[in-house]
Amino acid sequence: MSTIKITVTRYNPETSSEPFTQSYTIPYKEDMVVLDALNYIKNHVDGTLTHRWSCRMGVCGSCGMMINGDAKLSCATFLRDYYPGEVQVDPLAHFPVIRDLVIDMSDFMDKLVEIKPWIIRSEEKPLEEGEYLQSPDELDLYRQFSMCINCMLCYSACPVYGHDKSFLGPAAIALAHRYNMDSRDEGQDQRAEIIGSHEGIWECTFVGECTRVCPKHVDPAAAIQRTKVQLTKEYFISWIWPWGNR
Amino acid sequence: MTEEMSHDILIVGGGAAGLRAAIAAAEVDANIDIAVVSKVFPMRSHTVSAEGGAAAVLREEDSLELHGFDTVRGSDFLADQDVVETFIEKAPEELIQLEHWGCPWSRDPDGRISVRAFGGMSVKRTVYASDKTGFHMLHALFQTSLKYTQIRRYDEWFVSSLLIEDGKCVGVTALDLETGQLHPIVAKAILLCTGGGGQIFPFTTNASIKSGDGMALAYRAGAALKDMEFVQYHPTGLPGTGILITEASRGEGGHLINKEGERFLERYIPGKMEMGPRDILSRAIMTEMNEGRAFEGEYGGYVHLDLRHLGEKIIDEKLPFVRELVVKYVGIDPVHEPIPVRPVVHYMMGGVSTDINGNTSIPGLLAAGEVACITLNGANRLGSNSLTECLVFGALSGRAGAQYAVDQKPVSQNAVRSLADKEQKRIAKHFLEKEGGTERVASLQEEMHLTMEQGCGVYRTGESLQESCTTLKKLRERFADVAIDDRGRIFNTDLRGALELEFMLEVAECIAHSALAREESRGAQSRLDFPERSDEKFLHHLLAYATPEGPRFEQQPVTITRWPPEERKY
Repeated sequence: MSTIKITVTRYNPETSSEPFTQSYTIPYKEDMVVLDALNYIKNHVDGTLTHRWSCRMGVCGSCGMMINGDAKLSCATFLRDYYPGEVQVDPLAHFPVIRDLVIDMSDFMDKLVEIKPWIIRSEEKPLEEGEYLQSPDELDLYRQFSMCINCMLCYSACPVYGHDKSFLGPAAIALAHRYNMDSRDEGQDQRAEIIGSHEGIWECTFVGECTRVCPKHVDPAAAIQRTKVQLTKEYFISWIWPWGNR
Repeated sequence: MTEEMSHDILIVGGGAAGLRAAIAAAEVDANIDIAVVSKVFPMRSHTVSAEGGAAAVLREEDSLELHGFDTVRGSDFLADQDVVETFIEKAPEELIQLEHWGCPWSRDPDGRISVRAFGGMSVKRTVYASDKTGFHMLHALFQTSLKYTQIRRYDEWFVSSLLIEDGKCVGVTALDLETGQLHPIVAKAILLCTGGGGQIFPFTTNASIKSGDGMALAYRAGAALKDMEFVQYHPTGLPGTGILITEASRGEGGHLINKEGERFLERYIPGKMEMGPRDILSRAIMTEMNEGRAFEGEYGGYVHLDLRHLGEKIIDEKLPFVRELVVKYVGIDPVHEPIPVRPVVHYMMGGVSTDINGNTSIPGLLAAGEVACITLNGANRLGSNSLTECLVFGALSGRAGAQYAVDQKPVSQNAVRSLADKEQKRIAKHFLEKEGGTERVASLQEEMHLTMEQGCGVYRTGESLQESCTTLKKLRERFADVAIDDRGRIFNTDLRGALELEFMLEVAECIAHSALAREESRGAQSRLDFPERSDEKFLHHLLAYATPEGPRFEQQPVTITRWPPEERKY
């Protein structure tokens, strides 16, 4: 039977203050993903190995981790892409680790609320009057940015977030942009104020790592660039026309 | 966490039903204090995997009467028709509400919400967001819920038991996974929205978190589980992984083809073909497999789902996720090759028995969504009714629970403290501080899978079901001897897995016994030894109550209003 070696960076604050690595040699099949390997270890070798997962079809966003140094969903990364080489699995970079491959994502959960990711309107249309009409073209303006599964791969790949945790980060800005671009929404100004108050966005140098690692092709880099342009425009309007930029 | 964990309404589960309920409760009164306790971050909930759409009458050419009849006929006349009537009436406004909350529904050129065809529905009435409907609904609900500051979330808290005091449900014990601390959380009303339990079976579209938790919690607390024998097989899952290939791929025109190159449904349901209901199509595919007309692969028999004639443009526009999944997990492109598919466990029609407002037989305990059996779906659910069910009955029971809570006195913390201590000791004794024990969680789970597939699958007999009952009894006994590897506190998923398996074994036993008790074939229950539907003997619901010897059954009549039972013809 073919086998493959999986090395995992582990950490348990109850038993040691430092992370350590552990290697497992397990049976290999061509259709196995990295998540299958971790579950094999958990079920048959070492029940203390700790990782998050749920849908195993790349849509719940739970199972992000560093795989041979790259931020990936473990349910969508095949062992065959590394075999017969070894696979190194680490927790997502730039996050505090709770245990083994489980990261603390409370920072993102707080930032998500901050950008007000819901439809903001001055007046609600009564339900009896039906839907807000939205053409397929209007839908296309924001659809791509609504595909974010909150998997945190982009934060892990973002050099700005790596050194400045106050940066709202790619996914949060992409979601703010998603609502800003929605024809039903009128909350652009409120969100601009919030995004503008965070310094980090100006440090984003359009490296594009967030877009490269995004498993859902959300293109957060484009959302950030467009948000910068919008903020700059508003800044200049407020400068030449200070009595009203709304 | 030292502050008092006491709320008006506590919702267990943060999927579509739970989040819809939380928002509904928040809108009853801004002073209502709401908790959502979920073992995952809410946006990870299994609603996220739903693909095809959500049904409601939104078009002039459609009618409530027709949606109602389709649902009742699909249920093989076991749905409670007062529930169906409420459902079809409330469905349109719920989908519009979600539109107002930003859900990116797919649109017609004139800007209206689009509708597509779905199995068992007489006309196009399934609203969709490409083929990621559940994902978009869940994120729209979750993101909208964030604006209500009175909703307090307990993310990654696992509910291990319900607290019952003087016959009323007054809270839960929940394990904070991050710290490993078990806490009592009290509330005046508790609403279960934990989804189904597909993980009881080996081959399922369901996510790993779908372990029937809420069903087992309620069952243990003395509530009835209703119609548990009805387990839905979706006709088209990917062999091996069980990943769902949406019914919308047939709704958009895909064909099912056997090894002989035939559209074999011609033999089974010529009037509907690929648009037939799931129970009939799953049986048709199983029959093709049993009679040697299916392909054979590494993971057993399969047939082909052919989308090629739709063309790349339609596939990319209407079914992009199907293409993405098949390219990734099968390694072929459905634009150029047919997709291998086979029936796969998808949904549980049965669940915690509730009335039309979501109340169980235990005061203070409600249920909504897949965990509940309000009986909308009867013996077979129609595709795209369940997302709408989560919205309609999530909202209704969220409101009902909030209103019930307003009239209740605050819960006494003292009595609850002793109940919580008992639960803490149980978990310590059986798992964390257990000495000895030789059974592994994963091995017991595999044996449960095997017996459920062999005994309680698409086709069942008295003999196969009896064997499952016997095996499950033994597995439950062996569970007492389980030993987990992980004895730590912090993020102990080994412990969580053991508690989930304990839940699943109880729910599995209930499924097998219920299927044995129903000596007829109806909807998803297909008994080879009783091949006919028997309205004379079985036009009723089966309520199962937990006893130390296994489930005890009671009967409950089916509510019939407008649609008298008749032969189910397509």
